[in-house]
Amino acid sequence: MWQLAFRRIAIGFLLVWVVSVLIFAITQILPGDAAEIRLGQDATPESLAALRREMGLDRPAYVQYLVWLERLLSGNLGVSVAGGATITSLIEHRIGNTLFMAGMVSAIAIPISVTIGLLAAMFPGGLIDRIVTAATLGLVAVPDFLVAILLILILSVQLNWLPAVSYLSGTESFWQTLRAMALPIATLVTVVAAQMIRMTRAGVLNVMNSPYIEMAILKGVPRRRIILRHALPNAIGPIVNIIALNLAYLVSGVVVVETIFAYPGLAKLMVDGVQSRDMAVVQACGMIFCTTYIVLILVADIAAILSNPRLRHPK
Amino acid sequence: MTGDATKTAVEQPLDDPAFEELPDAPPRQRLKLSWAGKISVCIVALWVFIALAGSFIAPYHEAEFIEEDEQGNYYVDPSFLPPSAQTWLGTDYLGRDVFSRILWGARTTLGIAFAATMLAYMTGITLGITAAVAGGWTDMLLSRLDDALLAIPTIMLALIIIAAFGSSIPLLIALAGLVYAAGIFRIARALGQDIMVQDFVEAARARGEGLWWIITREILPNAAMPIATDFGLRLIFIILFISTLSFLGLGVQPPVADWGSMVRENLQGLGNGFSGGAIASLAPAAAIGSLTIAINLIVDDVSAHAGGSLAKKMI
Amino acid sequence: MTALLEVRDLWVSARKDDGSDQPIVKGVSFEVKPSEVVALIGESGSGKTTIALSALAFTKPGLEFTGGEVTLQGTDVLTMPRQEQRKLRGRRVAYLAQSAAATFNPALKIGEQVTESSVLHGILSQEEADRRAESLYRALELPDPERLGRRYPHQVSGGQLQRLMAAMALCGKPNLLVLDEPTTALDVTTQIEVLKAIKEVIREEGSAAIYVTHDLAVVAQIADHIVVLYNGAIQEQGPADQIINRPTHPYTRRLMAAVRPPPAAGEDAETDEPGQQRPPALEAKSISAGYRIASSGKPLALVLRDVNVAVKRGQVVGMIGESGCGKSTLARVFAGLLPAMGGEIALDGQALAPSLKDRSRDELRKVQIIFQMADTALNPRQRVGDIVGRPAQFYLGLKGEAKRKRVAELLQMVELPAAFAYRYPQELSGGQKQRVNLARALAADPDVLLCDEVTSALDTIVGANVIELLKSLRRDLNVSFVFISHDLSTVASFADEIVVLYAGRVVEQGPVNQVLSPPYHPYTRLLITSVPELRVGWLEDSMTTREAAAGIARAVEISAIGCPFSRRCPLSIEGTCDSELPPIRTPSPGHQIACHRSLGEI
Repeated sequence: MWQLAFRRIAIGFLLVWVVSVLIFAITQILPGDAAEIRLGQDATPESLAALRREMGLDRPAYVQYLVWLERLLSGNLGVSVAGGATITSLIEHRIGNTLFMAGMVSAIAIPISVTIGLLAAMFPGGLIDRIVTAATLGLVAVPDFLVAILLILILSVQLNWLPAVSYLSGTESFWQTLRAMALPIATLVTVVAAQMIRMTRAGVLNVMNSPYIEMAILKGVPRRRIILRHALPNAIGPIVNIIALNLAYLVSGVVVVETIFAYPGLAKLMVDGVQSRDMAVVQACGMIFCTTYIVLILVADIAAILSNPRLRHPK
Repeated sequence: MTGDATKTAVEQPLDDPAFEELPDAPPRQRLKLSWAGKISVCIVALWVFIALAGSFIAPYHEAEFIEEDEQGNYYVDPSFLPPSAQTWLGTDYLGRDVFSRILWGARTTLGIAFAATMLAYMTGITLGITAAVAGGWTDMLLSRLDDALLAIPTIMLALIIIAAFGSSIPLLIALAGLVYAAGIFRIARALGQDIMVQDFVEAARARGEGLWWIITREILPNAAMPIATDFGLRLIFIILFISTLSFLGLGVQPPVADWGSMVRENLQGLGNGFSGGAIASLAPAAAIGSLTIAINLIVDDVSAHAGGSLAKKMI
Repeated sequence: MTALLEVRDLWVSARKDDGSDQPIVKGVSFEVKPSEVVALIGESGSGKTTIALSALAFTKPGLEFTGGEVTLQGTDVLTMPRQEQRKLRGRRVAYLAQSAAATFNPALKIGEQVTESSVLHGILSQEEADRRAESLYRALELPDPERLGRRYPHQVSGGQLQRLMAAMALCGKPNLLVLDEPTTALDVTTQIEVLKAIKEVIREEGSAAIYVTHDLAVVAQIADHIVVLYNGAIQEQGPADQIINRPTHPYTRRLMAAVRPPPAAGEDAETDEPGQQRPPALEAKSISAGYRIASSGKPLALVLRDVNVAVKRGQVVGMIGESGCGKSTLARVFAGLLPAMGGEIALDGQALAPSLKDRSRDELRKVQIIFQMADTALNPRQRVGDIVGRPAQFYLGLKGEAKRKRVAELLQMVELPAAFAYRYPQELSGGQKQRVNLARALAADPDVLLCDEVTSALDTIVGANVIELLKSLRRDLNVSFVFISHDLSTVASFADEIVVLYAGRVVEQGPVNQVLSPPYHPYTRLLITSVPELRVGWLEDSMTTREAAAGIARAVEISAIGCPFSRRCPLSIEGTCDSELPPIRTPSPGHQIACHRSLGEI
């Protein structure tokens, strides 16, 4: 079992490395000569050559990659084209905001989804189940920004309860911060929870249809014990995987929500970087998002391995 | 009719018809849509019609500014006009007719999404079935490459590629095609492998049939139903994906009308409430939602008809 | 004596999608007296499991009780409140399912699952239950009873799990046991052990039981009273002795007729073998085969070792052995689906390429394979006519009208109406599908038919009809057969020669009569004595005459060195059998036994 877990970790490292190569190749090598792009049409050959040497573009691709990797790892990412601030300071400033939001969303969405998913699966075809199924079936196909717009229109514009913009200057009290973040968090929870509820329900139902649950019923085991003692231990693996899978939706949701609410997070920084074609910012943010994602998937994978009795107790 | 045929058929070879083997599964049932599914089919059909004919029936051109009302009086400020007989859904931030732009935008949004889905399918299915049938090194290589692609959240890959190459409609199609081909590859490969080990494929192999026959006559007809269901789901994802990019300002560029960009352009009108502006942003978002929800409801009906096992594979 | 359980005019229906009801059980009545074993016997679709589950007031999803009553000790369980029904299950009525492997929860320890219901119902404290479980493990002859409860289900074998399920059912001392085909999924040799253990425990505990099965021979061993079901209705019921020996109802008689007599040496078959001079139709010469690891190319496990088999023209060679012995692998090697790693295959004396890719179309045509699962062997998206017509077109170039006529001819050969050509496989019953399967193989006009467990997925009567069909085809077509089965009686009734495989090696082969009469290989002897006879009391008799029980229930362990059977063999010679390959002994020409013991000893 541990062998399997270590193998997964090794594969995780390998994936991060492959992703870094991909990001570097896409942003640095494929688009063509960065020096030419920066100097534009009327560059002289001399100034081009000088800038190439300065940027290290005259060296072979793998050397450029190693230099880039070294700077990425040491946190020396250079200066942002737009603001002139160092990229490291920009990221430092915003990474906390994004993590805080993602954390809040997970802390709310995961318990709610798992509970509702379980409730729906306990009484398939019942009233709760039908409501949940119908509601989530619609919600999973809805774009994030439609949810955000509706929430803004109702809670902010019409009822004037909450601010429509979540700009943070860093001096707000905790209560003010929470108020400012209420709408983006509500948006993300709605979107992420819908998907998670559906998948949890499907996962638990799958377990509930197995012969050993029927056996438990025929042994006269009460329903509550069947769910908690017989079904849940077998559903943990699938549920953890479902949660991890939904982090992908969270990443995309964070990008949309930070933009719509002008929230000063990492995703907003990256989108701005893409618009101004600030490669260094895009590379750094891209690496952070991808690495986090891979790590979380890895954690879920290992959790699933550890919860599998066949692997935990070998023959 | 079929029932009678079975009876007489059974009687012939057997001496004692009273105790013959009990009839097996009844003939396949026709697909029956729920009422929600029927409405959804109408909605999708309507949008497809608009995508094809919208530019002819729209009262205005997508880039046309509303300058005077029906009486010929000039507007002081034609932007964010409330709905009226002249402009059914009001005007947008530049004073263009929102209703007309939604009709025009249907072509862009649906066109790009459909083209991208087709591209993703052709790539994913071809490579997936190839990997399943060929096995060995081909399979290894393709699968590992696919894993690496799937380890990057779709939105991140999109942001990085757009940062490097800029955005255009062909690039969007290629991008969505590539990103979603990775998922399709996985399903096509799994389906192919599932079917490859079925006894009827073994029988065809033992007979000496060539690869072409096995793929086109034995595998594809059996994979058609799951793939059709999956096609609907992918289409939803791709519509949302393209709309999200447009919403971020990284997709379809102005002045071409596209639902996602329309939401973004008119976001500032949201604060005006329903009397002016909010509809300019809400209407295109709702258009996307109506389309994706409708497709999802149809997919749900189809997969319920085909049995739960399909739905599981899709996740 | 008053009945423990009384089922009166029971109706159960399936609710269809369009809201209408389809009756599955139609007015069934019977009763179970205290400490009596009642067998419900019938084929698939007879409603036997549904009826048995009514004793627990339970229906499978999609079914519902629509009439009648099920009275347990004076109270109707069907109309009880839910809570009362729950208290009934596991305490007064306990259930044993068909597949223990699926019925044990993989996430919980065995002990907890065995004792759960008796502790939950407050019958025993946890310590008492643990002690009782341990004594039940002992009674059921399970290994290591002290520590068994602390293990997980995947850590014990299938036969042990099946017995553990008996312990689970008996732990709460129920009044009534419901046993749903508890031995069907097991190998013959294991089946007898489990059957014996269950029977003894039931007798000691004095509980009554409902025993559901399709196997008359098993019923004869365990039942006091037999209820014969067909299509949801009772055809005949009565004491076991009367039903077995003097059946009155035509359906029961057909069921009995379909059961093959136990394998025994009969009179010698016709010995005129004009094909003797000609090379055998199909021959395997010291074949070794196994499944490979995809990338490294090294064999993961050798499934066949040094196998020599010759199929003479027009003859039937039966392959027999338990699951995992490699008999299906040999069929795949013959067909070229799995290239052998060593040895040679010869067709008509001509060497045949190991992989089907390298065989000519005519060579492929001559060897046709028929798979076990008729369901999955037919492409659900092709009509029967296309399925059967394809080989005719592919090998023989038949097209259009000629092909259509040939399809009709082939369907007639397998006793199906020509109109079936326009059906899809899912519109056929299991037996009909297997006939289509057969027709497809015959369409190639083959020399050799490889039949891989073609009847084991079918009901008794249907399977018997398919065998009859094979016999008549053999007479008419002069085709050779390789007939693979785990059922010795079926093989004995159809084959000319028998090959006994164990753990990938041939332990004995020869003409049917010689293999089925002494001297036997110890494994062949075990197989023969494991086939239940359709006779009350056979189980008790066989236990006394059987080989020492000690080694029998052990799982098949494949050892690379020595005799493969040495670990289970009662005659094993330490130091010899487990280290050296046994010599081949030839009691008579054409009969070979691989054993260290001399012919006199075995």
